[in-house]
Amino acid sequence: MHTKTLTQLARDLKARKLSSEELTRAYLARIERFNPELNAFITVLQEQALTTARAADACIGKGDAGPLTGLPIAHKDIFCTRGVKTSCGSKMLDNFVAPYDATIVERLRQNGMVLLGKTNMDEFAMGSSNETSFYGPVKNPWDPTRVPGGSSGGSAAAVAARLAPAATGTDTGGSIRQPAALTGLTGIKPTYGRVSRYGMIAFASSLDQAGVITCTAEDAALLLGAMAGFDPRDSTSVDRPVPDYTAELEHPLKGLRIGLPKEFFDRGLDGRVGEAVYAALTVYKKLGAEVRDISLPNFWLSVPTYYVVAPAECSSNLSRFDGVRFGHRCENPVDLMDLYTRSRGEGFGAEVKRRIMTGTYVLSAGYYDAYYLKAQKTRTLIRQDFIAAFENVDVIMGPATPTPAFGLGEKTEDPITMYLNDIYANGVNLAGLPGISIPMGFVDKLPVGLQIIGNYFDEARLLSAAHQYQRETDWHTRIPKGFE
Amino acid sequence: MEWETVIGLEIHAQLLTKSKIFSAASTAFGAAPNTQACLVDLGYPGVLPVLNKEAVRMAVKFGLAIGAQIATRSVFARKNYFYPDLPKGYQISQYELPVVSKGSVEIELEDGGRRRIGITRAHLEEDAGKSLHEGFEGISGIDLNRAGTPLLEIVSEPDMRSAKEAVAYMKKIHSLVRYLEICDGNLQEGSFRCDANVSVRRQGEQKFGTRAELKNINSFHFVEKAILYEVQRQIDVIESGGKVVQETRLYDSKKNETRSMRSKEEANDYRYFPDPDLLPLEITESFVAEVRKTLPELPDGKKQRFMRAYGLSAYDAALLTASRELADYYETLVQAVGGEAKLCANWVMGELSAALNQNNKEVTQSPVTAAMLAELLKRILDNTISGKIAKEVFEALWAGEGGADAVIENKGLKQITDSSAIGKIIDEIMAANPRQLSDYRAGKDKLFAFFVGQVMKATQGKANPQQVNELLLRKLKS
Amino acid sequence: MSLTPDDVRTIARLARLAISEQDIPRYADNLSRILDFVAQLDQADTSHVAPMAHPLSSLTQRLRDDVVTETSQRDLFQENAPQVDAGLYLVPKVIE
Repeated sequence: MHTKTLTQLARDLKARKLSSEELTRAYLARIERFNPELNAFITVLQEQALTTARAADACIGKGDAGPLTGLPIAHKDIFCTRGVKTSCGSKMLDNFVAPYDATIVERLRQNGMVLLGKTNMDEFAMGSSNETSFYGPVKNPWDPTRVPGGSSGGSAAAVAARLAPAATGTDTGGSIRQPAALTGLTGIKPTYGRVSRYGMIAFASSLDQAGVITCTAEDAALLLGAMAGFDPRDSTSVDRPVPDYTAELEHPLKGLRIGLPKEFFDRGLDGRVGEAVYAALTVYKKLGAEVRDISLPNFWLSVPTYYVVAPAECSSNLSRFDGVRFGHRCENPVDLMDLYTRSRGEGFGAEVKRRIMTGTYVLSAGYYDAYYLKAQKTRTLIRQDFIAAFENVDVIMGPATPTPAFGLGEKTEDPITMYLNDIYANGVNLAGLPGISIPMGFVDKLPVGLQIIGNYFDEARLLSAAHQYQRETDWHTRIPKGFE
Repeated sequence: MEWETVIGLEIHAQLLTKSKIFSAASTAFGAAPNTQACLVDLGYPGVLPVLNKEAVRMAVKFGLAIGAQIATRSVFARKNYFYPDLPKGYQISQYELPVVSKGSVEIELEDGGRRRIGITRAHLEEDAGKSLHEGFEGISGIDLNRAGTPLLEIVSEPDMRSAKEAVAYMKKIHSLVRYLEICDGNLQEGSFRCDANVSVRRQGEQKFGTRAELKNINSFHFVEKAILYEVQRQIDVIESGGKVVQETRLYDSKKNETRSMRSKEEANDYRYFPDPDLLPLEITESFVAEVRKTLPELPDGKKQRFMRAYGLSAYDAALLTASRELADYYETLVQAVGGEAKLCANWVMGELSAALNQNNKEVTQSPVTAAMLAELLKRILDNTISGKIAKEVFEALWAGEGGADAVIENKGLKQITDSSAIGKIIDEIMAANPRQLSDYRAGKDKLFAFFVGQVMKATQGKANPQQVNELLLRKLKS
Repeated sequence: MSLTPDDVRTIARLARLAISEQDIPRYADNLSRILDFVAQLDQADTSHVAPMAHPLSSLTQRLRDDVVTETSQRDLFQENAPQVDAGLYLVPKVIE
């Protein structure tokens, strides 16, 4: 049953072909079997999951089940989960039990979903390879010597290896789309403000957005519909109706105007990944879409802009981890300064410290204008490019990543080469636009992803474009060897 | 060498909202430690701030009261620093675009003149928690109940030139926020706090001197003392060839001195930047118009009206309008008495205020209500009792011995107004004091008072003084 | 932009991060490379560009009604606290 999609499993549950408990047991068994080699989960909630599953079965029995009742899911360990350790992949929060549920956790719980466990991630979501986790790197199910991408690497590996039919993720600069691409999955980052950030431990507040990693666009539509929507606890959440994404999936693509930014095909892109994009475009043309060459002239500013804005916000967001109210506290502090510096020095890993220091520097007296204010302005330029492009096209397509999954340890020495892996992703977050990555083929037997970028709140269009491509292709049905 | 003092004040007024500025926890004072600190106030991972509408309304109300500009768009920023009473490691405040800017108030100077004090800005921010040092050895306890209480930080221009002016300005703002019912003005509980930026310069110099910021001044009295101490310290530093350094200094009221706060000097790179968890605050014209409708009569306007309507002096009117509650008491009294505004004013400023001060009570807590006092004053006006006896009755009212009429009755304090009875007493006294009588008649006018005193003594003060005077004059002369 | 070891110590102190002496050169090198990389922004002409703090710049702050809905959950919240006594969070003495 693990080879089925979330949507198929939902049908089976509804038709009572299987129970939620059977389903949950099957996934828990797979986690037990495969997690030791993949390291995709930080916490597995065996008993809690079975209890929820049985309650879901009772619900289904009484006939008052919703479309998600009884379906298992895994949450990235960045989402606060009441009564459950929520570590954010950090030693800082290794002992932290969240006393409340994040809004999306609460919503999916209310929808009757069964939480299997919390997935591994780059520490505080800072990383593109899942190698910065305090709990060790996650392995890519397609090749265990390679990274699954990050920061939602645990969620991606779990779904790719079918240890969960779907998982949540967060995307600050590509952290859903990049791991989805590197593991052959569908990953959507909605428009900033579409999904509540309440209870999602903040990395960079003006960029962070929650989404899902699934096997298909159809599954993503199902889940996103339940997660999205206004939340009075998040001032940046947008009060705007949520479309029925599932109902919109079949919206015809005829006449869809696809923009192809020439800047995405510059040096840095593996030519074979570029070829895969062109191949995908021929599928879209067959579906009646039209491809237009466009330009995003300020595209080159996106990674450097991101690496000012994101660290600046993170340096402030992570100040609350001070060893006083929660989290790691050093042994026997001699004074306040010692309490702060050692608790934080011990609790945070190297990449987090690098970003905190970068952010502290760019905001500090004498450097604010040159770095932070400048980046706020280049951020405007980046957004303006997208707004201009969307006057002539409906969606923008391109590679999700420049290369397929790279080797573990390959990019850990030089932060810049690591950062450039998200070159196509960062700008989308800076502008606050929705983006989705879907499998579009293989390079060196490793999956590669097609990124589709949409206009603000145009998730329905992204999902339907992805869904109809998936009806024409079978890349998304491939399961890594050993996990079938 | 003549020195000029330059002072600017930063006043923090806790706004009287029920819930906190960014969370739905209570702002009530005095709860058990950390029982009013919710996840948002504790800076828990993942939680987010949502702005309290009432706090915005109160800030706008203040802005309107000082004739300031209300920003149609203002921005919340993070002020980053580490301190145990600051749970998030940053304070949400306003930096570049405050909600209120460019207002002013007028203060009265000692010489009767007036001075306009500019208010640069007033912005919304969150209060910090408290560090408690007692009861633990080498350890502080952190209570975050206060964290997130809304504050309006009111920043003046450096327009004050003496400690007395600074006090007058502080009192003015204190009165204003209480009139507006946006702050309870309780200095002891810290809901109204003041920091003073103080510098000195040689008389006639244009450039400001280097300033020191004085913190922790929690009474009007201490503001004056702290500034006086600091001014002298700075003058001494300069006159002995030194230089004043820009720093934060703590006022120690026990020792009456200011001392450098090194802890604050250490990290003053606050790395302000717009808070990405909050969107720009937009204040529409209709919102402002609605708040404007709720503006009460303000101290200056009320004072003018009191002078006009009740014929009071500027001094009396200022005293009576210093607080809204006192002004309300006074007006209720005048209405109940049915006029006699001056008599009412004298009693409110005299007996009543003295009793309140002595017992450390607010006018709203006075055991003698305006209606009770009115009953008493009416008895003076209808000659039932004299003004002097009335003071005795007032004490009885204060002590809770009943209403004025009952007290007068029970104590037999009713005035003697029977001329023949008073005449008879005068006759007896004249007969008993022949030497004084002859001296008086020989031209020692001063002895008149002696005879008044004797009559009053004989009647236990109950004789109508006017009648006593008239009868005495007549009888002594004949 | 080249950061010296002393620059790193200053930043680390401002950010309240203990960094061991042996790690300082590595951070100095990493941070210098990051700052060099982001210095590319200088090449963009932003003379007539408004800064953007937020992706939803057309939206404005929503206001919450002034209602108290939180009740004390101190015991639950303090389960995560390293050191508490009598309801207070304990820290080494705060010196003012």
